[in-house]
Amino acid sequence: MRHLTSEPILLDPLIQAVLSPSRGGVATFLGTVRDHHAGRTVVELGYEAYGPMAEAECSRIVAEAESRWPVRVAVQHRVGKLVIGDTAVAIAAAGAHRGEAFEACRYVIEELKRRVPIWKRERYSDGSEAWVDPTAPGGTVPAMTRAAE
Amino acid sequence: MLIIPEMAENAVLPVRVHLFARYAELLGASQVTVRVSAGGTVADVVDGVRALPGGARLPERMLVACGVDQVRYDHPVRADDELAFLPPMSGG
Repeated sequence: MRHLTSEPILLDPLIQAVLSPSRGGVATFLGTVRDHHAGRTVVELGYEAYGPMAEAECSRIVAEAESRWPVRVAVQHRVGKLVIGDTAVAIAAAGAHRGEAFEACRYVIEELKRRVPIWKRERYSDGSEAWVDPTAPGGTVPAMTRAAE
Repeated sequence: MLIIPEMAENAVLPVRVHLFARYAELLGASQVTVRVSAGGTVADVVDGVRALPGGARLPERMLVACGVDQVRYDHPVRADDELAFLPPMSGG
């Protein structure tokens, strides 16, 4: 299963990919598109990725989680244009018990946000657009161009 | 005597650099090629890209990948390397 997809993400295939008779605890995480950011109304957003590296980095994070805890992990991140409520990222982690499943799931989302080369561009209700940048004051940097239709 | 052009003292390597998100907007391109001397490093490539029109607005210190791996500014570049300048990530 590739980690990046331009199609809507479904959680169930990720769960099916990590289930086994020996794993009784399955933790899942969904990140969905929120309708506001820093006091502004978000109407849609787009994700751009450096595909080859994003795939490699996701694989590395999954391998790290599976070596730190006795779990199997599946993760997918959406790219392209998304609307409010769409699933942007989904993770399923399965272990024999809930503890390792929760911990591995948390690890994967935190590392993904920190390390995977994906960039979010928001469009607001006033028509303006900005790149989300956690290092910038206010958390965004105004976009200089219109998003490709 | 065999002379391998790439190994010559003054050889110049073309290095392709992928740009993303805001960095691509600043340069007006998602990909640029700069020339660095043999023995050059990522820092030389950064200097080359920052000298292009719009490039001065790139940060001096950026995350840089060579292929699919993050590298430091003292990482040597080789012929056919593909670098990528990565803005602060905002996936998830």
